Amino acid sequence: MTEAPAPITHPLQPGQVLDGFVLEERLHQGGMANLWKVHRETPLPGEDFPLIMKVPRIKGGEDPASIVGFEVEQMILPALKGPHVPRYVARGDWRRQAYIVMEHIQAESLRPLLDRAPLPLVKVVEIGIQVAHALTDLHHQHLVHLDIKPSNILRRPDGSVVLVDFGLSRHDFLPDLLEEEFALPMGTGPYMSPEQVQFVRNDPRSDLFALGVMLYHLATGERPFGQPTSVRQLRRRLYVEPIPPRALRPDLPPWFQEVVLHCLEVRAERRYQSATQLALDLQRPDAVPLTARAHRVQRSGLVRRFKRWFLALGAEPEAPASVGAQVSRSPVIMAAVDVQGASAGLLEALRDVVQRLLQTEPGARLACVGVMKTARIGMDELTDAQGRSHHVQQLIALKNWAHPMTHGLAMADGRLTFHVLEAPDAADALIEFAARTGVDHVVMGARGSSALRRYLGSVSTQVVTQCTCTVTVVREPPLPGTAATA
Amino acid sequence: MKTALISDLHANREALTAVLAHARAAGVDRFALLGDYVGYGSDPAWVVDQVRALQAAGATVVAGNHDLAVARGPSPTMNDDARAAIEWTRERLDAEQLRFLGELPLYVVRDDCLFVHANAFDPAGFAYVQGRLEAMRSLHATDCRYTFCGHMHEPMLYHLSGTGKAGDFRPQPGMPIPLLPNRQWLVIPGACGQPRDGNPAACYAVFDHEAGDLSFQRVPYDVDAAAAAIRHAEGLPPALGERLAQRLLLGR
Repeated sequence: MTEAPAPITHPLQPGQVLDGFVLEERLHQGGMANLWKVHRETPLPGEDFPLIMKVPRIKGGEDPASIVGFEVEQMILPALKGPHVPRYVARGDWRRQAYIVMEHIQAESLRPLLDRAPLPLVKVVEIGIQVAHALTDLHHQHLVHLDIKPSNILRRPDGSVVLVDFGLSRHDFLPDLLEEEFALPMGTGPYMSPEQVQFVRNDPRSDLFALGVMLYHLATGERPFGQPTSVRQLRRRLYVEPIPPRALRPDLPPWFQEVVLHCLEVRAERRYQSATQLALDLQRPDAVPLTARAHRVQRSGLVRRFKRWFLALGAEPEAPASVGAQVSRSPVIMAAVDVQGASAGLLEALRDVVQRLLQTEPGARLACVGVMKTARIGMDELTDAQGRSHHVQQLIALKNWAHPMTHGLAMADGRLTFHVLEAPDAADALIEFAARTGVDHVVMGARGSSALRRYLGSVSTQVVTQCTCTVTVVREPPLPGTAATA
Repeated sequence: MKTALISDLHANREALTAVLAHARAAGVDRFALLGDYVGYGSDPAWVVDQVRALQAAGATVVAGNHDLAVARGPSPTMNDDARAAIEWTRERLDAEQLRFLGELPLYVVRDDCLFVHANAFDPAGFAYVQGRLEAMRSLHATDCRYTFCGHMHEPMLYHLSGTGKAGDFRPQPGMPIPLLPNRQWLVIPGACGQPRDGNPAACYAVFDHEAGDLSFQRVPYDVDAAAAAIRHAEGLPPALGERLAQRLLLGR
């Protein structure tokens, strides 16, 4: 048996060298951990970014929550990559001195913004989009963060965000050290989702709830569920609705209230099904379908609240099998439809394919997109009024195209949106829309007539080659007998 | 230093060949073989010779219940298939190979690692670690931080925290898992030669001692060849050969 390394008992000092890392200065003293600026004694080739060392503050060895939380982070951080997490460098043995060395993200957290709330709506929306993008990335990496709040979000000067502190997180492919350890719900009181209160730790939609709490707070200056200090108070969010944001700040638009209250639904299956779906709405407010949520002016009355309290008593949340399972069954599907140019047969074939996709992915969201061509240079010949009416005509045609499908599938609750893009080039507009809104799968028709394709070029070819996501190109079934002569 | 943990080889030449090639390509420089080299499969002599060669090159090798049964003759607790396979196996090994199996140690301790076929609390009794309870019992029975065992054919990872809380985890192949040193870990790499979780691909695991990372692996191999070999094994009752072949094909 190997001897355990001798533990370091004296407090860490500037100038001290620990496993080849030189401690420079203590940057931050937190409740759970201290942060030290460090560098390597001998620089490693290729490691061209600044480093920090996170050292847990263990009080007398009787604080299992902070010990296990730090173990969880030591285990999870090496498994994560990409621009929305700090790069992992090294970890320290617990028997000597526990630590994590990682990339030093030189950016401020969103915590100071809370003191300045309410913030202008544009700013809140911009933050919401960036955090939703970061969550999309992490959820695709099979991780649910479970402690999304302003102090755990760092914002770079370009606006992009980095998520930190994975001490409560859950990774599909790593053991959950916290699962058996504690008898109390884990999370930060104001942000914790109802299912977290009920001990579900693998639902990515929990992070969307927390983001909803944050957007509510930044936009109104108030916390939707206060600052609970007991499990009983935490459980109130299972049956007491928050005051609608517009009751606190009437100048907020109905679409914003719709988005925030959609995030704050008690039951995860009634929330946005993925961070991409939320990002899509934040980026395209005009396409957000408004439901009763958008127009609520007060929280529900006592009778309804009592009913919800009663139902919440024995209710068990429905948890997904894993983070990955929830992510993969909630894709954003984009149907690019040329309602005016395509033949009836192609439109029908396109609808059949989209319908089949939606039937196999019950959490999917469908964005129906049309393109209205505008002149490349100079003023459009159309007057504003005519342009407006063209836009509306396209929208009506799109909705008409989708109607047989949505009717059959009961696409409720904002899972279906319609967008008419105004652009000189259809392919460019579609590719940009798919990239910016994080579409998972594009379905579009091929231009049928070869003469047209020769003169106009193929939009679908350009989309297939330039889109980063999956693209399905649908063709009109040939008439019987034509295939042989074609 | 990287150790490949291979268990329950069960005379499956095709599976062991694929696993050894995979491990060497992954940069493994040490081997730990966790028992049950024979029984069920078609080529016990070849597998035992491989094990002896690996041991001669420094591999850790412990005894499994099938190995001892073949060396000593079957025990009354074994089921009929196991008994028939063991009797058939004995006829295929020479005295030297049988002596090798009979003299294998029940467990080996090296560098904070315990290598044992079934569990730490009663290595000679071969009780199964079927859940957290047995895993906890086994982890309490050793001072070693890491226990590597087989006997259970499905890959599994158990851990025990300083506060006495045990957890279990069904691993995802290919994912490095940091085995943090302030808790105890019990690793079941899964069966190389006789997978039983519905996936016929061979199981093993790699432990990287410096990084402290463990990764479970799944190696596809020529299952059809292994099944055909046992189906046509000379001297084995055809019904038994067919059953053993089906098990390999289905991974059950």
